[in-house]
Amino acid sequence: MIRDFGLIDVGYLMLAARWTLLLAAIAFVGGSIAGLLLTLLRVQPFAPLRWVASAWILIVQGTPLLAWLFVFYFGLALIGFPISTWLAVIAAYSLYASAYLAEIWRGALQSIPRQQWEAGSALALGFLEQLQHVIIPQAIRIAIPPTVGFLVQLIKNTSLAAVIGFVELTREGQLTNASTFKPFTVFIVVAAIYFAICFPLTQLSRNLEGRLHVARRVS
Amino acid sequence: MNYTFRFRDVFSSWDILQDGLLLTLRLSVITILAGLVIGTLCAAAMTYGPRWLRLSVQSYVEVIRNTPLIVQLFLVFFGLPSLGVRLDAETASVLTLSVNLGAYTSEIVRAGLEAIPKTQIEAGHALGLTGPQIFRYIVLFPALKTTYPALASQFILLMLATSVVSQISAEDLFHAASIIQSRTFRDFEVYAVVAGIYLALALALRVMFSGFYHLAFGRR
Amino acid sequence: MSLVACRDVVKRFGTNTVLDGVSLEVAAGEIVAIIGRSGSGKSTLLRCVNGLEAIQDGSIRVGDTTINAPGADLRAVRQRVGIVFQSYNLFPHLTVEKNITLAPRVVKKISDRDARQIASDVLAKVGLSEKVNAYPDSLSGGQQQRVAIARSLAMNPDLMLFDEITSALDPELVGEVLKVLEALASQGMTMMLVTHEMGFARRCADRVVFMHQGKIWEQGSAATFFDNPKTPELTSFLSAVLH
Repeated sequence: MIRDFGLIDVGYLMLAARWTLLLAAIAFVGGSIAGLLLTLLRVQPFAPLRWVASAWILIVQGTPLLAWLFVFYFGLALIGFPISTWLAVIAAYSLYASAYLAEIWRGALQSIPRQQWEAGSALALGFLEQLQHVIIPQAIRIAIPPTVGFLVQLIKNTSLAAVIGFVELTREGQLTNASTFKPFTVFIVVAAIYFAICFPLTQLSRNLEGRLHVARRVS
Repeated sequence: MNYTFRFRDVFSSWDILQDGLLLTLRLSVITILAGLVIGTLCAAAMTYGPRWLRLSVQSYVEVIRNTPLIVQLFLVFFGLPSLGVRLDAETASVLTLSVNLGAYTSEIVRAGLEAIPKTQIEAGHALGLTGPQIFRYIVLFPALKTTYPALASQFILLMLATSVVSQISAEDLFHAASIIQSRTFRDFEVYAVVAGIYLALALALRVMFSGFYHLAFGRR
Repeated sequence: MSLVACRDVVKRFGTNTVLDGVSLEVAAGEIVAIIGRSGSGKSTLLRCVNGLEAIQDGSIRVGDTTINAPGADLRAVRQRVGIVFQSYNLFPHLTVEKNITLAPRVVKKISDRDARQIASDVLAKVGLSEKVNAYPDSLSGGQQQRVAIARSLAMNPDLMLFDEITSALDPELVGEVLKVLEALASQGMTMMLVTHEMGFARRCADRVVFMHQGKIWEQGSAATFFDNPKTPELTSFLSAVLH
């Protein structure tokens, strides 16, 4: 049955965006936890653990997110979990986010001059104390803008979850299109909602970065 | 768990994977070249162009960068026909991917252009070069060199992102996976194998890009 | 017993031998100035003494700890050995006071109040009491270096190592830092310092050591060292730095 595309559909699409945001939020938290662990593994002194973390990042960054969605969707079923889209989607996105966040954060840690570590050890601080008191507080300021930037990537990429039937903004768009058959209007509205969410974050990331540069120039 | 993995079923459909792989490669190469051209032109326009041009290019970049690729693809493939523009899946894919990559590339190249010291440009003027000549002979090469690593990783991301064209039935590598899956019902194995092929491709691209870097910029 | 004893120390970076059998003893209360061309190994020697660089052969003892022994408690050694670097290496995200109190609080578990008292004491010693709440980037190079010295002193070390601490400073700022060093010297602090300030070495050091090609080439008391160089290498070095 084909009906007209009306304001009510815009409303439904906007409501569906909450699943987009929720998924992005959960993936960001999950990805942060795993990403933090990966980051620590990559800067700690025991080499084999560093290789494991590097391999993880290399593999995740070298494969399409779409493939992970399917691997988890079908893979979880194989090991006995009923095919739960939520579970598959959260697992895939956390995995995906962990690799990119770990790279961003490692970059921030490594941008802190070696002499800062050295000054810490000269004062008899241990490795974790140097990390906690000297390195991380400085690295966080550097890491925030690109982390916000990645959050935008993450929000946009939640759209791929539509492919395995997870209902969020893009999937809701497909469904609306199926019943109204106004693809151009529907996807323009969908794009506009994504833009309304992502653009402010992009600007925020840019402003934070600008402020950081100013702060560095002064010092 | 009493599931037996059977990768043989997947590999017996190798010819399907091969066809898909070829389209993925073709899409990637065409898009990277087109994206580089679009991106460089847009970056130049944003840095040196008149105000109206800067603003329009800026809007293009922001709109693309703040909306998902798959929605852009749906808009082109499903949306444009209602405006009378009907494209086949492959053309729609090339168009969308190029426009998408162009926006990201232009941001990267622009940062590279802005990093060129003003004195370099003044030196060009002092030698009597015209604006385009300065861009071509003085600015472009170092700008591409400093932005090369960022461009290379953007291109690899693009190659991986081409997998979304399977959603408008363009017959790329990922689409091949769904065909094999519907024939063999070996869901997990198919997608694991395809993920492995993408990984190999990404690693190969990395090696290629770093080789190209040494070829193009190594002696300087 | 001497406070520091280096015996036949060998340090290599890859195939490059930076310290080639260095033996040096420093008594408690002694001030030893180490001079030499860049690349002669003098900074490396200091960095080995508090374990920032591992050595390949020989031994280094500080107090009763052999710091190159397997399982040596480097953190305990570093609490007793302060080092100040050419590039200050203050923590830019912390105020002057927090820079100073960090190690006493975290490493020595000293209470906040006592740590702040220590900070105010050591800041008074380097003449920067009024900068207690300043951030490093608002200080001049000379002031930053004095804070770095205060930060090391806050750990109440037995030995201070100074690695070319005036080399990065504008000429007009060198004096204020040397004055702090002179005050420390007069209070009996044991010091090893790598320096290009020959006048300061002659005035304050008990002993001057000339390093060349990773070896201690020549040493002597400050009074006689500069006037009677015995080796042609030292003669040419001195004539180069003293014009």
